[in-house]
Amino acid sequence: MLEYDFMRNAFSAATIVAIVAGAVGYFLVLRTQTFAGHALAHVGFTGATGAVLIGIAPLWGLVVMTVAAGIGMGFIGERLAQRDVAIGLVLALSLGLGLLFLHFFTAYATQATALLFGNVLAVDVHTVWMLLVLSALSLVLLAGISRPLLFATLQPEVAEAKGVSLRRYGVLFLAIVALTTAECAQIVGVLLVFALMVGPAAAALRLARTVAIGVLLSAVLAVVEAWLGLAFAFYTDWPTSFWITALSVGIYLLANLRLPANDRLALPRA
Amino acid sequence: MKNAIELRDVRLMLSGRIVLDDVGFDIASGEFIGVLGPNGAGKTTLMRAILGLVKPNRGEVRVLGRPACCGNPAIGYLPQAHGAATTGRLSGWDFVSSVVNGHRLGLPVVGPAGRAEVGRALDLVGARALAHRSLGQMSGGERQRLLLAQALIGQPQLLLLDEPLISLDPRHQAEVIELVNSLRRELGITVLFSAHELNPLLGAIDRVLYLGNGQAALGTVDEIITSPVLSRLYGSEIEVVRFKGRIFVMSGGHHVEGDSHRHDPGTAHGYGHHHEHSGHA
Repeated sequence: MLEYDFMRNAFSAATIVAIVAGAVGYFLVLRTQTFAGHALAHVGFTGATGAVLIGIAPLWGLVVMTVAAGIGMGFIGERLAQRDVAIGLVLALSLGLGLLFLHFFTAYATQATALLFGNVLAVDVHTVWMLLVLSALSLVLLAGISRPLLFATLQPEVAEAKGVSLRRYGVLFLAIVALTTAECAQIVGVLLVFALMVGPAAAALRLARTVAIGVLLSAVLAVVEAWLGLAFAFYTDWPTSFWITALSVGIYLLANLRLPANDRLALPRA
Repeated sequence: MKNAIELRDVRLMLSGRIVLDDVGFDIASGEFIGVLGPNGAGKTTLMRAILGLVKPNRGEVRVLGRPACCGNPAIGYLPQAHGAATTGRLSGWDFVSSVVNGHRLGLPVVGPAGRAEVGRALDLVGARALAHRSLGQMSGGERQRLLLAQALIGQPQLLLLDEPLISLDPRHQAEVIELVNSLRRELGITVLFSAHELNPLLGAIDRVLYLGNGQAALGTVDEIITSPVLSRLYGSEIEVVRFKGRIFVMSGGHHVEGDSHRHDPGTAHGYGHHHEHSGHA
């Protein structure tokens, strides 16, 4: 299947994005902010369709809109998490606005499907390069703040007492999540970002006892799910996004089944 | 000897409400202070003020000879609320080592010096064997040891322990107190230890700091745990009953301390309930 250009592009894009999604997702799940990733993706839909409407690439609309929303959510912070009605309404409005923009831009209905559910097989070389740059940016930012972010995540009160600004790292992290969400949406679409960002990370958190192994495992699982998803899609002609979500949920369930009371999966001692 | 903590005419406010007003006291280096008082009396707020996280609206808080300031590395802190991590699968080692240089940017890689520091802290609390187990699978007493190890990172001169006995059975409570007391002697550090019940602490503490009604009283147990002092701090008539070496603080025939004051996350910041608590507790 790799003799086809579109498959090579798809594999490249999926690999790049899966690595970042796995790493960022690990912290997202650890911080119990998974819903933020989902919310940012919805907001991204408005950005993407808005970009289509004014004639620029949807990826840029996604990036601008999600990063702005991520930073906004970071500043509003904890208080937002309590307001599920408000969040739900904002998400509904985001999708509604996206639909309106698509209505004005009457040309394609396929555009909506591609944005919502992803169309990795249509990714071109140019997009692969864009994803590579954005992913490198996400990873460098994440690596740069990972120590205080981990401290603030595991022990927020102590971190605050030691002079770590919870808000600063909360905002920076959500900006990274937003960037990653925009990248994931290229592969699995805005509705299924959970599959790449949350599924592998949640499974890794179930299996690994140390942060380093957890992040690595999360990224590896995401890459494996993306590759298998593409391969299965190629041979069955079913949508890639379906396969990736199915694998993501399946591996998460397996990780939970394999979670024994007596710690059989204990990792080697450091 | 230099004072570890000095408060002068301090007023502390929390969301527009005065928690402590016109409070002043000195705590000497190396003292073990039991911090008591009804829910909402300001035990946590006082600790946050010593950490520099709550600025006094009036007066001055000095810690180890300097004004209280955020990010003081000389203070070890065991907060009352713990993050979700304490129920997850992460190992005790990863939890404790996240404190090492935690404020610095970069990857959370702990070098040889940091590893030695984590090992030392774990040894001090006798938790070396817990390092590779998951926090979520530990008993309350074991988890409390790790939380204490975390507070010892950075070789602090002052330990602020906010309700470390909560949800522990009496045997583990006694173990934690004995451990803290031996650390204090061994390392020569000052300890502020807040609790809901005085009795478990009786043999260990040097003095008691009792908070209530916006005020604070610091002194020996015999000076503070008296009907006049506590009646002033509770704002209602309080009787002190001594029985077989234990002390019971009673209001209208009811025991004021104890299970009814166990921490409820929903009221962690719900200051201002002390009247109703002292009424029916």
